[in-house]
Amino acid sequence: MKLIKFFFLGLLFGVVLSKAEIISWYRIQEMFRFHAFHMYGVIGSAVILGIISLQIIKRNRIINVEGNLFGFPDKESGFYRYIIGGSIFGMGWALTGSCPGPMYILFGYGYFSFGVVILSALLGTFTYGLIKKHLPH
Amino acid sequence: MLLFNLIYDPWPWYVAGPLITLTMLLIGYWGKSFGISSTMRTMCAAIGGGKFSDLFDFEWKRDIWNLVFILGAIVGGFLTSTFLANHDLIGLSQKTIHDLKLLNIEINPGLVPNNLFSWEGLFTLKGFFSMVIGGFLVGFGTRYAGGCTSGHAITGLSNFQLPSLYAVIGFFIGGLIMTHLLFPFIF
Repeated sequence: MKLIKFFFLGLLFGVVLSKAEIISWYRIQEMFRFHAFHMYGVIGSAVILGIISLQIIKRNRIINVEGNLFGFPDKESGFYRYIIGGSIFGMGWALTGSCPGPMYILFGYGYFSFGVVILSALLGTFTYGLIKKHLPH
Repeated sequence: MLLFNLIYDPWPWYVAGPLITLTMLLIGYWGKSFGISSTMRTMCAAIGGGKFSDLFDFEWKRDIWNLVFILGAIVGGFLTSTFLANHDLIGLSQKTIHDLKLLNIEINPGLVPNNLFSWEGLFTLKGFFSMVIGGFLVGFGTRYAGGCTSGHAITGLSNFQLPSLYAVIGFFIGGLIMTHLLFPFIF
C-alpha cells in the first residue's frame, strides 16, 4: 500500500511535535514574547538543515520515487496575500497556540475540545473560498 | 532512572528540528510537498465545497496522502500522551509565567490552559475567542496566505521562496499584535 508510509511518517511527526512540546499553547506564547529559544531553535534548525539538504539535492540532481527531479514547486508570486493572510493566521496562531498540524495532534493527545478548533478552522478555510475573489492578492 | 527520563522527559529543540527536516525531505522524496493546512482545503473539497468555490473544485482524491499523514499525526499524539509523557507542568520561562498570570491565564500541568481549552471553556468569552475565533483565523489566514508553518516557514524558507518569507513575516506581525496588543482586552 502506497499510502501506509505517509501514516507512519505522520505518526513520527505527531510524536516529535508532542515530545518537544511544539503543540503547547504555552510554548507558542513564550515564542511570541521572545522569552525562550526553544521554538526558534526548532524552526531555525529545521530550516537551516532544510536549506543545506535541498542545496545538496538540487546540485546532485537527485531523483524522487516517481522518477522526477526532487524539488518543491515554487510559490505563486505576490505580496499582499502573504502579508495579510499570514497576519490573519498569526493572530489565530497566538489565540489557539497551534498551527494546523498541532491542532490535529492535540486532538489525538486527548484534548478533544480541539475538535472545535479544527471545525472552526475548516469553516475559516471554507469562508476564504467563498470570498477570495473580493480580497487583494 | 535514566531510562525513565529518556522516555518521559521532553525532547530538546535540536532533536525536534532535524526530525522535522527529515519529515519534509521524505515527503519530497515521495513526490509530494509538505503542507498541513492543505488538508483543510482537501476536506472542504471532499464534502462538496466545489459547488461553492473553485478553490475546492479539484481532484481531491490525489491529496488523500495528506489526510493519511494527519491521521498518523493524531495517532502519534495519542501514543505520546498514553505511553511517553510525564504530564507535568512544562518548563516554561519564568517571564512567560509572570506575564500569563497577569492576564489571569491558568498555568496548569499539561500542554494547554484547561480553562481556555475545554468544553466548559467554550461557553466563556475568552474560551470562545481562543477556540472558535482563533480556529477560524487559522483556517482563513492559512488558505489566504497559501500555507502555514509547514508549507511556508519550513518548506518555503528552505527552498528560498520569497513569498514564504513574506508569509512568515506576516505570521509574526499577526502573532505579536494578538499577544501584545489584543490579549489584554480578550483575557
